[in-house]
Amino acid sequence: MSSSYKFAKNAAGRHVPTEVNGIAQVPFKGVHGFKPTGNKAAPPIPSFTDYPMDGNKMVGTIKEALEMAGLKDGMTISSHHHFRNGDLVMNQVFDAAAELNTRDLRWFPSAAFECHKPLIRHLESGVIHHIEGSLNGSLGRYASEGKMNGLAVLRSHGGRWQAVQDGEVHIDIAIIAAPTADAFGNATGDRGPSACGLLGFGLVDSQYADKVIVITDNLVPFPCIPWQIQGQNVDYVVVLDKVGEPEKIISGTTELTRSPDRLFTAELTAKFVKEAGIMKNGFSFQAGAGGTSLAFAIYLKKMMIEENIKARFIRGGSTKYLVEMLEEGLTDYILDGQTFDLEGVRSMRENAGHVNTSPFTSYNWHGKGNFASQLDAVVLGATEVDVNFNANVVTHSDGQMLHGIGGWQNCLFSKCTILTIPAFRGRIPVIVDEVTTLVGPGELIDVIVTERGISINPLREDLIQATKGSQLPIRDIRDLKAEIDDLLGGVPAKPQLLDEPIAVVKWVDGTLIDTIFKLKPL
Amino acid sequence: MTKTFHSRPPNSKLKSDCIVSYTPDDNPLRIEIQSKVKSLFADSIKDLAKNALSELRVETGNVHVDDFGALPFVMMAHIEAVVKCAHPDIKAEVLPAFKVHAQYPSERSRLRRSRLYLPGNQPKLFINAGLHQPDGVILDLEDSVPPNQKNLGRMIVRNALRVLDFFGSERMVRINQGELGLQDLEVILPHNVHTILIPKAETKEQLQAVDQTIDRVLKENKLKRDVFLIPILESALGVLNAKEIAFGSKRNVGLSIGLEDYTADIGTQRSPEQKESLFARSMVVNAARAAGLNPLNSVFSDVANEIGLRQYILESLELGFDGIGCIHPRQIKPIHQSFAPSSGEIEKAKQIIIAAETAEAKGLGVIAIGSKMIDPPVVKRAEKTIRRAIAGNVLHQNWRLID
Repeated sequence: MSSSYKFAKNAAGRHVPTEVNGIAQVPFKGVHGFKPTGNKAAPPIPSFTDYPMDGNKMVGTIKEALEMAGLKDGMTISSHHHFRNGDLVMNQVFDAAAELNTRDLRWFPSAAFECHKPLIRHLESGVIHHIEGSLNGSLGRYASEGKMNGLAVLRSHGGRWQAVQDGEVHIDIAIIAAPTADAFGNATGDRGPSACGLLGFGLVDSQYADKVIVITDNLVPFPCIPWQIQGQNVDYVVVLDKVGEPEKIISGTTELTRSPDRLFTAELTAKFVKEAGIMKNGFSFQAGAGGTSLAFAIYLKKMMIEENIKARFIRGGSTKYLVEMLEEGLTDYILDGQTFDLEGVRSMRENAGHVNTSPFTSYNWHGKGNFASQLDAVVLGATEVDVNFNANVVTHSDGQMLHGIGGWQNCLFSKCTILTIPAFRGRIPVIVDEVTTLVGPGELIDVIVTERGISINPLREDLIQATKGSQLPIRDIRDLKAEIDDLLGGVPAKPQLLDEPIAVVKWVDGTLIDTIFKLKPL
Repeated sequence: MTKTFHSRPPNSKLKSDCIVSYTPDDNPLRIEIQSKVKSLFADSIKDLAKNALSELRVETGNVHVDDFGALPFVMMAHIEAVVKCAHPDIKAEVLPAFKVHAQYPSERSRLRRSRLYLPGNQPKLFINAGLHQPDGVILDLEDSVPPNQKNLGRMIVRNALRVLDFFGSERMVRINQGELGLQDLEVILPHNVHTILIPKAETKEQLQAVDQTIDRVLKENKLKRDVFLIPILESALGVLNAKEIAFGSKRNVGLSIGLEDYTADIGTQRSPEQKESLFARSMVVNAARAAGLNPLNSVFSDVANEIGLRQYILESLELGFDGIGCIHPRQIKPIHQSFAPSSGEIEKAKQIIIAAETAEAKGLGVIAIGSKMIDPPVVKRAEKTIRRAIAGNVLHQNWRLID
């Protein structure tokens, strides 16, 4: 199999395939090295002649809708992941595709979760050829083991928008599970029995796909207000008994940590933001999912109250912790990309300052700017960081593929990018000589915070100066690494990899930044 | 028939730990390794096992390591423990290198506001314990280690004492009761233990036995350093003998109480109001103060209840205790905050110390603030208040310059 791939060395010195799943690729050319040419992609021009004048686009079943949308072998079907692990729609969509004897479909979700485990059956039978999207749980393991056809393509949230917008991924049929919709196809995520907050990840699908199917369990008379998805982009509307289980939105990565070490790291991170002078009136921040990031927000909130500081905006993934800050007047706005818990859903419905955003506004690199780069600070996690501050979020040091990129790469462009990481996990070090997989170039990563100290990227002389004389435990990243290596019993061996790729990692501009290779069985 | 020994009972839920099994036989030594981190540390684990077994002079039998990411010092303890289980006569020890950061000294007089209990057989909890800066860490060999793991616990604790950085915390070990505790001392004492906690202290003879063992072990190891003691009273008899125990050893630095066992011993249980132990707690405070020791209160075991913890701390302060035990790092900060003096107390203490220094500089025999005379014990108390304030992070170390 390996012989079928040709590799090129990219600007980061990583070997990446020249072609992925039949499409020619551009190797990474540096953070700002690649600029696209030409025009954006566009869906075919529709005519109102083909749509009902009364605006009623309802179709009886998913199967009928897929047939009417012209489902054929080899097509690309997309979906959003706002229900996270509570999605009840996509398994039914592929069951219907199987009943229609369709084969070789490409599933293009913004992310897949454990609830999609039944789709392994369709991968094995050939209904689905491969999945391109963030893979979690059983599907992630399936792809890690190299069992999936083709290569998994790991994109950031912004990169997914970019890929569709640039025509790199053409969506034939977009499936938009919607907690509330009208028969015309206007849809919203913030209300209804299955409310999940917003539908921003599905927005690009609705704008660029050839055919768009809205699937809801809460049909309201026209007009559905607000319309996060515009009916003008929608072809068919299907009503089911239940589209999602909102209580399963909360996943392991969105629960507050109880680990004393991680709480300690979170507090240290908040202290850093304060001591570095970032926490001042009118500032902004984003704290990703992951227990430590969530705890950071709580510690920062305490300090903001003590110092009488108010933020202009906070970027979500919203959680009840951010909602409390909004409702207590500690920020003017939450600019929210996805709601991580039901308090976030409620707040989005009730608070005018809780605004739904999309990867276009927040993250898209092939746009005229985005929100992420305007953030004063962003706090993210990582599986590995190397002594040059390069970071990894998709594999562990033992080479196992873990999960998707989310908005992580897009957030690296903030004014101060902070990674909170445990110095080691079990016996696996997190600070290494060279990352197993390069996902974020070190020049964009400013600070790492571990329970054993803080390291500032030498490129950020300003942050080094700003925190000089503080009581913060600021240390050279190499000292930190030496301490951990000593504790863990020396620098570990590198995992043994085969030259058989299983996935590629895209940079925010669509170029290939790295390749994930199959692990040699031990 | 061959018998297989296990370093600990099989348990698939282990993290940062391992199980070593040993089947003695007459065939040349075989080592099998199964590890969660095999792709990173296979060779290193193999070398570690080989070296450890060679130090123990084991040349035959089958050794199986089932590793869940144990650090080297932990794995070494498991190998030694399982081999000694099969061959109790082996005297050799498998010692990891004694790190410089594990060799800092302690002193008799220091803050003992918080002391964090760490189960001696759960090394993953000790690795970062010092980061949370308790005044003391207690590596516990007694209640938290089940009887069939006493030997393993001892070796893990001994190795941890040689390897881990506790970042300035007082390095304490709670030994077992009776003869087992004296055996603990033989194993752990040479590895820079600062302070030994003696459970269920009831008579001064018990302390003498501990003292004599310490004298002997230090002498045998040619060590000349202080080892301090904190007896724990856990019974009616212990409480009634509080005075003789407090004065029972020149190594004593603190006197503590274990309220769970004590209340059981007097035929009741711990209540939220704690009326049942008022007498005992007051006895501890008075006996400790009479002998110049830190009176140290028992642990507060409801980890999630911070309001209850703060109430408990306040009561401990009111009764005269200098510190309490903790069982979770999150309890440390509230303890240090509460045991720090108030800003009023600090201001008063500063005035007294400056007055005392001025008096000394001028060669005056009498210290006064305005027309008010200050007695020497008051100066001593003020010094202590300042120390507590600095340690509790409410006063800068160089407060004289900053004011």
